[in-house]
Amino acid sequence: MIWQLDLVLLLLVVFCAVATITVKDLLSATIIFSAYSFLMCLLWAEMGAVDVAFTEATVGAGVSTIFFISAIFRTTRRSKD
Amino acid sequence: MESILDHVIAKYNYWIYVVLMMIGFYAMIGKRNLVKKLLGMNIFQTAIILFFISTGAKKGGSIPILDKYAALQGQVDVNQVVNPLPHVLMLTAIVVGVSVTGVALAVMQRIYRKYGTLEEDEILHKIENE
Repeated sequence: MIWQLDLVLLLLVVFCAVATITVKDLLSATIIFSAYSFLMCLLWAEMGAVDVAFTEATVGAGVSTIFFISAIFRTTRRSKD
Repeated sequence: MESILDHVIAKYNYWIYVVLMMIGFYAMIGKRNLVKKLLGMNIFQTAIILFFISTGAKKGGSIPILDKYAALQGQVDVNQVVNPLPHVLMLTAIVVGVSVTGVALAVMQRIYRKYGTLEEDEILHKIENE
């Protein structure tokens, strides 16, 4: 575990989380959340949890993003907050 | 005072997990859009998983894939391998989280078909006027 890399990834993760809940467009929020999941996956690979990392890369950054995008496509992109 | 600051800096990753958890909690309570609430729930969940994974991490530890013969002869140094027990527990939590997300999105599509909106206050307003 390299602590400089750890700190940079953690700060990027916090930045992505704040961006996810502040962006008004739901599709943009979903794409930023996908980037958040991928950064989380990098963080776990860096901590030595490779099994959790590749599960998160397929399931968190891949499948759940597709779920969100298809649900937004069938409902609405508009968000008031 | 010096020692408290040292403790804060030494456990900096735990503080960042708490910040992430609070961001997710705020999104679940403060935001009115249902998709935003769901994204906040996902952030909350990954923050907790991150905390559990970090409890198994060790300084200078390698990934928990061992040579079978070395393990059978007891030549593996446990301090050189990260603890794989939290990994296994959190693997289940990730899969459960994705299925919860899928069910929540299905319910949201149903709500949108009935009320025509995903904003919580507008939905409550329409329910009261029925």
